[in-house]
Amino acid sequence: MAATKTIEVALSTTGMTAEGKPLRIPLGAEGLMRAPLGIEPELEGEHMLINIGPQHPATHGVLRLVLELDGETVVRCIPHVGYLHCGFEKIGEYRQYNQIIPWTDREDYLNSMGNNVAYVLGAERLFGVEITPRCTVLRVIAMELSRIISHLVWLGTTCIDIGAFTPFLWSFQERENVYKLLEAWTGARLTTSGTRVGGMIADIPDGWVEGLRGFLDRFPKTLDQVDRMLTKNAIWVGRTVGLGVMSPQEALNYGLSGPMLRASGVAYDVRKDFPYLDYETYDFDVPVGTNGDVYDRFLVRQEELRQSVRILEQALKRLPDGPVDVDDPRVILPPKSKATSEMESMIHHFKLVMEGPRPPIGETYVPVESPKGEKGYYFVSDGTAKPVRWRIRPPSYVNLSAISKMAEGHLLSDVIAINASIDIVMGEIDR
Amino acid sequence: MTKSSDAQSAPTFTIVHPDQSSGTPSTPKNVPYKGGAVNPSVATLRTQFGAAILRHDVVWNETTVFVERAKVADVCAWLQSEPAESYEYLSDVTAVEYRDHVRPIEVVWHLRSIKYRRFLRLKAELPKDGKTPLSVPSVWSVWKGADWLERECYDMFGITFEGHPDLRRILMWEQYKEGFPLRKDFPMRGRFSRSEQLKQALAANPEARYSMEELSIADAFEDLPVDMRKRIGGGGKTGE
Repeated sequence: MAATKTIEVALSTTGMTAEGKPLRIPLGAEGLMRAPLGIEPELEGEHMLINIGPQHPATHGVLRLVLELDGETVVRCIPHVGYLHCGFEKIGEYRQYNQIIPWTDREDYLNSMGNNVAYVLGAERLFGVEITPRCTVLRVIAMELSRIISHLVWLGTTCIDIGAFTPFLWSFQERENVYKLLEAWTGARLTTSGTRVGGMIADIPDGWVEGLRGFLDRFPKTLDQVDRMLTKNAIWVGRTVGLGVMSPQEALNYGLSGPMLRASGVAYDVRKDFPYLDYETYDFDVPVGTNGDVYDRFLVRQEELRQSVRILEQALKRLPDGPVDVDDPRVILPPKSKATSEMESMIHHFKLVMEGPRPPIGETYVPVESPKGEKGYYFVSDGTAKPVRWRIRPPSYVNLSAISKMAEGHLLSDVIAINASIDIVMGEIDR
Repeated sequence: MTKSSDAQSAPTFTIVHPDQSSGTPSTPKNVPYKGGAVNPSVATLRTQFGAAILRHDVVWNETTVFVERAKVADVCAWLQSEPAESYEYLSDVTAVEYRDHVRPIEVVWHLRSIKYRRFLRLKAELPKDGKTPLSVPSVWSVWKGADWLERECYDMFGITFEGHPDLRRILMWEQYKEGFPLRKDFPMRGRFSRSEQLKQALAANPEARYSMEELSIADAFEDLPVDMRKRIGGGGKTGE
C-alpha cells in the first residue's frame, strides 16, 4: 500500500525522488530545470510597477490604481480618476433649477433619492422656500431608504472583494425590496428624480406605508444574519483588522467624512451637528469606531443600517397628513386641471416651465449626511433662472484622495480591501 | 497584533452622542435673505489680520469673508491652529466665474469648525484684466484634503495653487488641449468639433498618460540588467 503511494508521488511530481524529497539538480546542468547559470539578475531592491483598472471588478467602477511594489508590499499607490467625467457642473449652468434634478440621480447613483433631496434642500435655501411638514418627513424617509440601499451595496461588494459570497446575496435581496418601494413611489429604481424645488414629484401611493412597515420588520433579521456571519468571523476579522488605519487627526486633516471619519473616532455627523429636515428631533445614535481601520468602517456602517431603521420607524409614526408641495407660486406649478381651464393658471404654468423659477441674487452651501459622507451642493445665483455655478461637494472624491496614505505599506491583496472600505462611487468622483 | 484578538472577543466600537457643550443645534427655520447673524470669527480675523480682510457679507445666514489673495494660506493656517477658532475641517475648494466680463473670478474655501459648529466661507478675488495671474496660495500644507480639490479647481478653471506639490489635471487627461471646461468662455460642447475630438482620441498615445511620479518609477527600467530589459521589452510597444 505504501509503495503504491510513493510511486504515485514520483509520477505526478517531476523533480522529486520516490521518497518525496526534491531532486537536487545543479542549475545549468542538463535536467529538468534549465536556468542560465550566473546571469540571473539580483532582484532585491528592484521595484515593480503594476496597474489595476480602470476596468477591474475590485475597483468599483473605472478607478485606476498604479502601484509600486517591493515584493508584495505596496511602496507607492497612485490613483487616477476621471474616466467617467461627464461635466455635470458645466451642464448645470445651462439648465433651470428643476432641470438639474435628473443629473443628481446620476452622480452617486446608489443614493439617488438622497441626492435629489440634498439638491432641493440647497435650492430651497436659495429660493427662501419653507417646505410642508409632510414633505419634511417624506424626505427623511427617502434619505434613510437611500442610505440603506447604499450601505447594502457597499456591504455586498466588499464581501465579494474580500471573498465572502453569501452576505452579497442577502444584501442585494434586501436592496431589491427597497427598490420596489422606491419604484412604487417615483416610477424608477435608480434614476428616481423624486423631488422638485418646494416639494416631491408625488405623494406616496396607497398602501406604501404598509409596504415600508413590512420591510422594516424583515430587514433587522437580515442584519442579524450578516452580523452573525461576519462580525466575529475569523477570516473576515483577519482580512480587515489593522488595515488602512487613519488616526482622528489624520482623518480630519485629509478631509474624510461620513463612516470613514467616524470609524477613526471623530463623532461628526451632519445630521447631528448641522441638522436639516428636523433630524434633531429624531432619536438615533451615531456609531463611532476606535481604530480607524477597515474593520471599524464595517462596524460603523453596519450600525448605521440599524440606526436608519430606527429613524424610519419614528418617521412613519409621525408622518402627518396634509399637502406635500408648498403653496408658493414662485416655484410650484398650478394643478393640471386649473392649467387647462383657467387663463391665469395656464400663463403661470407656461412661464414657470418655459422661463423657470428665479431665485434672488445670492449663494448657499447646504451640506447633508450622505451614505458616503458630507455631501453638499453649492449654488451661486445671479438672479437668472439658471445657476452661475452649481458645485457638488463629492464625499467619496475627498475620501479616495487618502487612498495613497492608507494603502502604502500594506500588501497588494489588502489594497482591494482598503479600496472597498472607502465606499467609492465613480459617478460621484468623476461627475 | 493585539487588536485582532480584541476584535474577535467583542466589537471595538462605541456609540456616543455628540458633544452638547455648544448648545443643541436645530434645523434653521425662516432663514433671512440678508442680515443674518455674522460668524464671530469675522471680528477676530479683522483684529488678527487687519487690512488683509477686505470685507464680509452674510447671505442666507452664511458668512462670506473676502481675503486678500496673497494672505489666504496664512489666514487658513491661523484659523486651523488657533484654539479659539478651530476650523479643523476643510469642506471644499472651488471657484466661481460670473457671466460678466468684468467681475473677477472668485476662489472659494468652505471651512468648518466641528468643535464650535461654525461654517465660514473664504473668498479671494482674481481680476480678469489679463495682467493679474490666476493664482492663489495653496492650503495643502494646512489640510491634506486640499490636494485633489485644488487639482480639480486647476483642471476646471486654470487657477494655479502656489505651493501645491503635484498640481496637474485630474478629471481631464494630461494632454487635454481645449482649455479649462468650467470657464465661461468655454462652450458647453467643447472647443473642438466632434470629428476633431475623435481624431485626437484616435491619435492619442495612451502611454503618455503616465504622471511624472510614475515615470520616475518606470525610470528604474534603465537600471535593469540587459537581458531582463530584453525580456520585458520584447513584446514591442504596447497600447498602440
